[in-house]
Amino acid sequence: MTMDRQSSHLSKAESVAGRRADTAVLPARRSAPVRILQTLAQSPVGVAGSLIVTVVVILAFIGPVISPHDPQGRNIRGRFQPPGYADSVGSYVLGNDQLGRDILSRIIAGSRVSVLVGVVSVLISGTIGVIYGLISGFVGGIIDSVLMRIVDGLLAIPFIILVIAISGVVGAGLSTLILILGFTGWITYARVIRGEVLKVREMEYVIAAYALGQSRRKVMLIHILPNVVSSAIVLAAVQVGVTILAESSLSFLGLGVKPPTVTWGLMLSDGRQYINSAWWMTAFPGIAITITVLGVVFLGDWLRDFLDPNVRGRA
Amino acid sequence: MGVNLRGFIVSRMVQLVVTMFIVSVVVFLILRLSGDPVMVVAPDFFSQEQIDQMRKFWGFDRPLGEQYITFITKAISGDFGTSYLKKLPAMEVVINRLGNTWLLAAASAAIGVTIAVPLGVLSALKRNSLIDLIITSLSSLGTAMPSFWLGLMLIIVFSVHLRMLPAFGALEPKALIMPSVTLGVGMAARLSRMTRSAMLEVLNQDYVRTARSKGLMHKTVVMRHALRNALIPIVTVFGLQLGWLLGGSVVVESVFSWPGLGRLMIDSISVRDNTVVQAGLLWIALSFILINYAIDVIYIILDPRIKFQ
Repeated sequence: MTMDRQSSHLSKAESVAGRRADTAVLPARRSAPVRILQTLAQSPVGVAGSLIVTVVVILAFIGPVISPHDPQGRNIRGRFQPPGYADSVGSYVLGNDQLGRDILSRIIAGSRVSVLVGVVSVLISGTIGVIYGLISGFVGGIIDSVLMRIVDGLLAIPFIILVIAISGVVGAGLSTLILILGFTGWITYARVIRGEVLKVREMEYVIAAYALGQSRRKVMLIHILPNVVSSAIVLAAVQVGVTILAESSLSFLGLGVKPPTVTWGLMLSDGRQYINSAWWMTAFPGIAITITVLGVVFLGDWLRDFLDPNVRGRA
Repeated sequence: MGVNLRGFIVSRMVQLVVTMFIVSVVVFLILRLSGDPVMVVAPDFFSQEQIDQMRKFWGFDRPLGEQYITFITKAISGDFGTSYLKKLPAMEVVINRLGNTWLLAAASAAIGVTIAVPLGVLSALKRNSLIDLIITSLSSLGTAMPSFWLGLMLIIVFSVHLRMLPAFGALEPKALIMPSVTLGVGMAARLSRMTRSAMLEVLNQDYVRTARSKGLMHKTVVMRHALRNALIPIVTVFGLQLGWLLGGSVVVESVFSWPGLGRLMIDSISVRDNTVVQAGLLWIALSFILINYAIDVIYIILDPRIKFQ
C-alpha cells in the first residue's frame, strides 16, 4: 500500500517534471497552429509535401471554376491531338484523348475522386483500426490473441489483392469503392495501435491513474487513447497515399470507379488502349498520381518527425 | 538452445495453421459477399426450379457453417472445385500459372535487392550529402509512383518507340525484362529506405566504432561489421515487401499480359469464376505466410540474441 502510494507520488512528480521539460523546449505562449507552421517552415520536405497536398485539395474543390475546358466536353476535330494543340475551340496544353477531351481538365476533375477516396476511406479505416487496436491491446488475454490472429490472417492476403477480390465480387462504384477501401484498410492500423497501447499501458502515468482510482474505461479513453493518436495520424498519412494508389489500380483494371466519373486510374486505362499512338494520355495522369502521392508521403515523413517524440529533436 | 529453437519452430507452425484457417474463412466469406452465388452465374433463362436445382447441386442451400466445412475439407485435400470457365480443376488452373508468377517475383526481387542494398548502404555512409539526398528522393519517387504506370511508360519507351522489347506475353525470355524491372524498381524504392535506416542504426553501434579504432579498413568495417548486422532488419522488411510484390504483380501482370497467377485472378474475378479465385487467394496467402515463416526461422539462426516469443 505504502509502496503503491509512493510510486504514484513519484510518477506524478515525474510526469509534472516531464511536462515542464516539454514546455521548456518549445517557445512559450505560442498557439499550437503557429508552432506547427514554424516547425513546418524549417523542413523542406514538410514544405514541399504540404504545398503539393494543398494544391491538390484546392483543385479538388474549385476545379470546375479554373479548369480550361469541360472535362466531358468533346472536340471531334481535336481527337488524339498532342500537347500544345490549339484550334478554334481553344488550346489544349496537355493534349486530348480519343474523344477530343482535354487531358488537363480531366486531370483537374480527377483530383476530386482521389481526394475524396483518400480522405474518406482513411477516416473510416483509421477509426476502425484505432478502436480495434485499442481494444486488443488494452483488454489483452484471449480476446487480444483472437483479434490479432484475425489481423494476421487478413494481412496474409496482400491489401490490393484483397480489395480487388472484394470489389470484383461486390461490384464497385465510387461510394462502394470508398467503403471497401475503408473497411479493409484498418488492418494496417490495428497491429501498430495495439503495439503502442501495450507500450503506453505500462507507463507510469497510467499506473498512477489507476492508483488514483480511475475506472478502466476512463483510463483507456483519457490516458491511453490520446497517446496513441499521433501514431495513428502518421499512419493515416501513409495510408492516404496507399489508398490513392489502390483506387487508381482498381479503376485502371476496370474494377473500381466507372465512367463517366473522371479518375486518374480510368484515364490510364483509356491511355493504355491507345498506347501506340498517344503517349500523353498515359504520361500525364500518371504524373498527377505520382506527384500527389509524393506530396502525401512527404507530409507523412514530416508528421512522423514532428509527432514522434522518439525522433523529435534527433532529426 | 536446440530445444528452444525446436519449440519456437513448432509454436510458429501452430500459429501458421491458425492464420491459414482464418485466411480460409476470409476467402470463403469474400466470395459470398455478393449474396447468392447461384444468381450470379445462372443464365437469365433458367426457371426458379432449375435455379433451386443448381443451388442444391453446389450445396448453397446448406447453412453457411456447413458449406464452409465442406469447402475446407475438400480444400485441404487439394480439391477447390472445377473452374466453370476452363472445365479443369481450379487447383490445376492455379498451379499452372504459379510458375510464371514465381519467375516474375524472383526476377523482380533480385532486381530490387541488387539496386536497393548498394544504394541504401551508400546513402547511409554519405548521410546528409548530395548523394544521400538524390538516393532518398529517388526512393520516395519510386514509392509514390503507381507500378503499373511505370510499366506503361516502359512500354511507350521500349516497345512503341525503340521497338526493343515485347510489350506483352511470355513467349521469349526478353519478355521478362520489363515486368520485372517495373516491379523491381518499386521494391528497390521501398527496400533502399529500410537499408539506409538499418545501416545508420548499425553504424552508430559500439562494435563498429571498435572495429574502426582497431584500424580496420573502411571496406572491411562496412561489409563485415555493419552490413552483416544491418541485414537482419533488411531481410524482415524484404519478407513483408513480398506481400507488396505479390499484390503489385496482379496489376503489372495485367499490364504486360504476363500469364501468371495475378492475371488469372483478374480474369477469373471479372467472369466470376469463383473456384479459381478461391484457390488463387489461398495460394497467394499460403506462399506469403510460408516465406515469412521461413524468414522468421532464418532470423533466429542469424541472430542468437533474439528471444523466443
